[in-house]
Amino acid sequence: MLYDIWTVFWREWLVLRRRIGRFILSRMVSPVLYLIAFGWGLGRSIQVNQGNYLDFIVPGIIALNSMNISFNSVGSPLNMSRLYHKTLEEYLIAPIGSLAFVVGKVLAGALRGLISSVLIIALAYVFGARFILNAWFLLALVLNCLVFASMALVAAMTMNSHEDMANFNTYILLPMSFLCATFFIPDHLPVPLNWIIQVLPLTHASYALRGIASGEAVPILSYIVMAVYIAIFMAIGVWLMKKVRE
Amino acid sequence: MIHIEGLVKKFENRTAVDGLSLHIDQGEIFGLLGPNGAGKTTTIRILTMLTQATTGKVSIDSCEVSMGNQCIKAVIGVVPQHFNLDIELTAWENLDLHGRLHHMPREVRKQRIAELLEYVELSDRGNDMVQKFSGGMKRRLMIARALLHQPKVLFLDEPTVGLDPQVRRRLWELIRRLKGQGLTVLLTTHYIEEAESLCQRVAIMEKGKLIALDSPLALCQGVGAFVVEWDEGKTKFFTERIAASEFASTLTTTTTLRQTNLEDVFVELTGRKVVG
Repeated sequence: MLYDIWTVFWREWLVLRRRIGRFILSRMVSPVLYLIAFGWGLGRSIQVNQGNYLDFIVPGIIALNSMNISFNSVGSPLNMSRLYHKTLEEYLIAPIGSLAFVVGKVLAGALRGLISSVLIIALAYVFGARFILNAWFLLALVLNCLVFASMALVAAMTMNSHEDMANFNTYILLPMSFLCATFFIPDHLPVPLNWIIQVLPLTHASYALRGIASGEAVPILSYIVMAVYIAIFMAIGVWLMKKVRE
Repeated sequence: MIHIEGLVKKFENRTAVDGLSLHIDQGEIFGLLGPNGAGKTTTIRILTMLTQATTGKVSIDSCEVSMGNQCIKAVIGVVPQHFNLDIELTAWENLDLHGRLHHMPREVRKQRIAELLEYVELSDRGNDMVQKFSGGMKRRLMIARALLHQPKVLFLDEPTVGLDPQVRRRLWELIRRLKGQGLTVLLTTHYIEEAESLCQRVAIMEKGKLIALDSPLALCQGVGAFVVEWDEGKTKFFTERIAASEFASTLTTTTTLRQTNLEDVFVELTGRKVVG
């Protein structure tokens, strides 16, 4: 089982290693723009909770970016592998279990999310942000990457075209990017909308990262919510892998 | 080696395989011949556990083909109709990934990869990205990949479709060489020449049903070893060349006397051509 997980992960690592330079450069573009626009630009005229907006927004940008990278590292490639390149069949024919495949893919997606998050943290310090980095911060980041890598696996196994995958991004990820406590605190939004936002995983990633970064108490509930999402998505992913043989 | 009994596969309101039963012996090169949509690929997909049968029993090397039965996966090698190599990896890495997925020890993997790249004449291209390969090279690499873990049965689904005649013949030579290794080969094709040239026995399929099964020679002799063609499509079969020749001499239009091929058998049995 562990060897099979490693094999699936190894293939992703080979591809990532080959294009690590391009990967790093391309993943720096949007966080740099966010940091300039919301940190230096808009941020200099805004204060949140008597604090600096740049310090407020950095955990949100990390949550948002790790979500996007983890999701897109698994989602589109796996969807293409299933529908167009048919390389998924190589795994289906091989004597490896569905769980090993799911875990290997999700870990590889999470790794990409983590690499890009490390870059943003370094950039944020360059831009002058100040926040606390500790093991709880790292745990929240890892959980967020795992949530969205596993969500991407479920999406890739259920969406039946590349266009559907793009729509998933538009209808699910994009609203979360803006509403899930990334750029502002959602408390002032209409109550029904706020309820929905409170159950979304990115909200809890933002809460956990921001809470730890600003030295507040560890928001255990947010960690539990993210862990539950991971368990649900992984279980669905394994079920879908078993069901893929029509 | 392969035993199929009463195999049925239904997709919503279409029956792709309709009560197929056949037995393939160890070391045999067996062909499934039929036009597109005859149920050949669906049969292979069921045998390789990529699709679940609706009903019927299938076993390979005494191991029943059913979901979750991992023993099948160790004894089969599969070359699908579409190119499903990993284009983000090199040729060597593609084979290495396959070896790892089949739990081959590192040293054995290394040795087998080198041997098989040599066998398919791609030794000098091992470190090249697969994306740069031609269709024929990709197909050869797919055969190498399918053979890497030393399967007992090799499935070749339309192995030469889309390849030019020269590359096709080169692949045939490669497949023929497998005969000597005791490997059981099940190949699907809609190329008559391919089935005649490679297969010891051929099953002709039409609309999911098996309509004939024998050696290419016996199938041809079954309808008559010689055929006279005249008036653009009219044919008459004869068991003796002399009788065919005498009949041809009675016709006033242009006639052709030739040996019967599997295309003639297919047309005789179904009333239509395999291709087209």
